[in-house]
Amino acid sequence: MSAQPGAGLFRARTEKINWNAVFLEGRALIALILIVVIFASMSDHYLTATNLLSMTRHVAFNAVLALGMLMVILHGGIDLSVGSTVGLSGVVAGSLLQGLDLSLFDIVAYPAVWVVVVVAVAVGALAGYVNGLMVTRFRVAPFVATLGMMYMARGAAMLIADGRTFPELQGDPELGNTGFSAIGNGRLLGIPMGVWIMIGVAVLVAILLTRTPFGRWLYSIGGNSRAAELSGVPVGRVVRSVYVISGMCAALVGLILASELTAATPQTGQMYELNAIAAVVIGGAALSGGRGTVRGTLIGAFVIGFLTDGLVIVGVSEFWQMVITGAVIVAAVALDQFQQRLNHTRRGPGKPGSGARPATKPAEDKAAASATVSN
Amino acid sequence: MVATQAAAPTTTDVVLHATGITKRYGGVDALKGVDFEIRPGAVTTLFGENGAGKSTLMKIISGVEQPTSGTLELDGAPVRFGSSDDALDKGIAIIHQELNLAPNLSVRDNIFLGRELLTPFGSVDRSAEDEVVRTLMERLEEDLDPATKVADLRLGQQQIVEIAGALAADARVLIMDEPTSALSASEVEVLFKVIEDLKADGVAIVYISHHLEEALHVTDRAVVLRDGELVAQDEVRHIDLAWVVEKMVGAADEEVFASLDPNPGEVVLGVSDLVVADPQAPERNVVDHVSLEVRAGEIVCVYGLMGAGRTELMEAVAGRMPVVAGQVTLQGRDVGGLNVRDRIDLGLGLVPEDRQRDGLVPQLSVGRNMSLASIGDFVRGIFLSGRIENGRIEAGIAKTRVKTSSPNAPVGSLSGGNQQKAVISKMLLTEPNVLLLDEPTRGIDVGARAEIYSLLAQQAQQGLGVLYVTSEIGEAITGSNRLVVMHKGRLVAEFDSRKVDRHTVMAASGENADLAGETAENEMGASR
Ligand SMILES: Nc1ncnc2c1ncn2[C@@H]1O[C@H](COP(=O)(O)OP(=O)(O)OP(=O)(O)O)[C@@H](O)[C@H]1O
Ligand SMILES: [Mg+2]
Repeated sequence: MSAQPGAGLFRARTEKINWNAVFLEGRALIALILIVVIFASMSDHYLTATNLLSMTRHVAFNAVLALGMLMVILHGGIDLSVGSTVGLSGVVAGSLLQGLDLSLFDIVAYPAVWVVVVVAVAVGALAGYVNGLMVTRFRVAPFVATLGMMYMARGAAMLIADGRTFPELQGDPELGNTGFSAIGNGRLLGIPMGVWIMIGVAVLVAILLTRTPFGRWLYSIGGNSRAAELSGVPVGRVVRSVYVISGMCAALVGLILASELTAATPQTGQMYELNAIAAVVIGGAALSGGRGTVRGTLIGAFVIGFLTDGLVIVGVSEFWQMVITGAVIVAAVALDQFQQRLNHTRRGPGKPGSGARPATKPAEDKAAASATVSN
Repeated sequence: MVATQAAAPTTTDVVLHATGITKRYGGVDALKGVDFEIRPGAVTTLFGENGAGKSTLMKIISGVEQPTSGTLELDGAPVRFGSSDDALDKGIAIIHQELNLAPNLSVRDNIFLGRELLTPFGSVDRSAEDEVVRTLMERLEEDLDPATKVADLRLGQQQIVEIAGALAADARVLIMDEPTSALSASEVEVLFKVIEDLKADGVAIVYISHHLEEALHVTDRAVVLRDGELVAQDEVRHIDLAWVVEKMVGAADEEVFASLDPNPGEVVLGVSDLVVADPQAPERNVVDHVSLEVRAGEIVCVYGLMGAGRTELMEAVAGRMPVVAGQVTLQGRDVGGLNVRDRIDLGLGLVPEDRQRDGLVPQLSVGRNMSLASIGDFVRGIFLSGRIENGRIEAGIAKTRVKTSSPNAPVGSLSGGNQQKAVISKMLLTEPNVLLLDEPTRGIDVGARAEIYSLLAQQAQQGLGVLYVTSEIGEAITGSNRLVVMHKGRLVAEFDSRKVDRHTVMAASGENADLAGETAENEMGASR
């Protein structure tokens, strides 16, 4: 931060700034490359095609959640309920596949797999919609609203399953409800379905964010919701949609997981929300809203997934895995703060560190949101 | 006309001396080797167009920004400020052009933010702080409770808090970057009295304002910046308004308002018996049974003092504030119950008073801020068309003459006045039938001010109905066809702008018309 570089240095500076930008924007990518290089040198198995594919398959779960989470974070909120929604949608699918007991008509219905998928995703959407409604209509801070939903959805999953697991969901040809296990175990061109789903969701979200008014609206709401509203942005609708999308992403993950194991457990998905948030944050999004990309979030999910699997492969103990993962998250965010400060010089007035003019943030929910990081 | 006491100190002593200051942002040279000095017990005023580099220079002197090259000397000894706190420790305080307050904190907490008074036990000594705040408010003749949350204050009061914060610092050098942009005439008077007192105490003051005439009243020495260079400086007794304008613009600028040739069409905006409650005290009406009409092609000004309810009127018409009673019609259609978005779609847009809070999204670029409200116009299928969008942005930038290095520059990199133009441009891009503007020229230089009003006149010629609010008496009369005066929530008078003088208007608004005498000569005429 020295005051005056000499005239000679000065010419070099434009270039240097570019390099800084490349380095910082790409810091998650650099982390990913480092992770791959380090683990590849420690284990011959790490960099094999089979292992890469299996790790990517693991990444897919978190990535799909994180893409939904990204949209929520872009508006300046947070969605703590996704883990529970994963469990709930899995259990809903499980119970439907095991037969819907319509005692009223004295029959047991076995809906087709596509119906099961639609219903499970709709349940996720509903959970998200309730979140969105609480945030927009009842002005509950996103942290609190989704914390409530986290309990409610988990409770609902437990109630439906009565605390047990729905096993053997492969279906029965006679009942015409087979094929569920293909979602998690099938392959297309040698690539697992889960990975295709991740790619599909990523493409859709990327298009939504960069090519449609919805995306522009979302970024503007996260940046300054008052200005957005006065510019005719349908703030409430956008925010509700974002939670719905996040819920649907969670439901998809619940389906893939249940399908992969051909079993649904109400406990599935605990703590998944934290991994998703971590991926988004590592990917360079600001928890205060208005900043973040699909590319960054995907890379963030890969960083976490490849790191976790790598630690397992080289045999690091579970406890150390936790410590190291945590350290990587914190390092990523610290780097992010550094980048913010660099950017600040190019932004508006005010002291560095004092952030943008506080009025531009919808105060409370942001405070709540940033509280999550510190956890 | 310029009635400054020649008591300007003849001393040559200089508190702060800046030499060869340059500042480069990316590819933009904001300052190109400025030598600048500040003298104790005197007001040095910086004049210059939007983007001339005034705020940048002040940020460097107050440690907010570091110069690319150049040196600062305090009392003859070289200094380097690492941060604004650093500068504050050495007695240099700044009132920022864009307010820098924490809205969720009280007036008191904002004033003492970062330098709280402590009790011997180490807790914050609220009563001592309140005491200081009360003295400050007395000095500023403002009736503000130290415990009020800043978010609940109107913009002008927030500006007072910002000023009080700087005064509380007891600085030797006090920089005021457009301290009066949201203040009423009487509040400005008070501030000027305070400035005189500070001068008597030997405080060095740097003052920046686009209200040239008003500024000349307090100035001892005028310094003019143009395009990042110091082009002229002189003692105030040697110069006059014309000198300032000429130096600022480079040549005597011929621009005047486009001749207003009102040819009003049918009524586009109708407001009848509108009542809006004070959000803080619902039993009080901030807008009290207001009725008015704006016709196509007509420019109507709502003049009044701060706190007369003008902003609330505008926000209620725009659909931003709930109304208690009354009706708003747009081209004969009742728009009650429609939200801001629907009203924009129907051709009613608002340019808000506070651009930082309500106008701009700091994370978006200049261009994307400008296109935000008209986004529907360049959607093809379900996708945004970058080509159409960029074309419109380019056109908007050209039309309102936003000075920016590129449409992709972050909006915060624009100078204050250019940010304002971007907000106006955003609403113009929605191609409204009726445009509401709340203090449209806050922070805009003389030339640009004239530009904005001629732009409005031009749009009006094409059938736009304009309703704007201003506290500038000159702008109220020259910019409009018709003028209504608002006082305590009611419309108390209506004038034909061509047939009215300042005194009449100010008297109707409940303002001390004597003030008008001094600032009378046409302030807007400054650009002539
Ligand atoms: N953070 C920044 N990044 C990039 N450019 C900047 C930044 N801050 C200022 N500039 C540029 O520097 C120039 C001077 O800006 P500055 O804010 O000092 O103008 P000003 O004289 O205060 O104008 P105004 O009267 O509108 O407030 C402008 O061209 C502006 O775009
Ligand atoms: Mg400025």
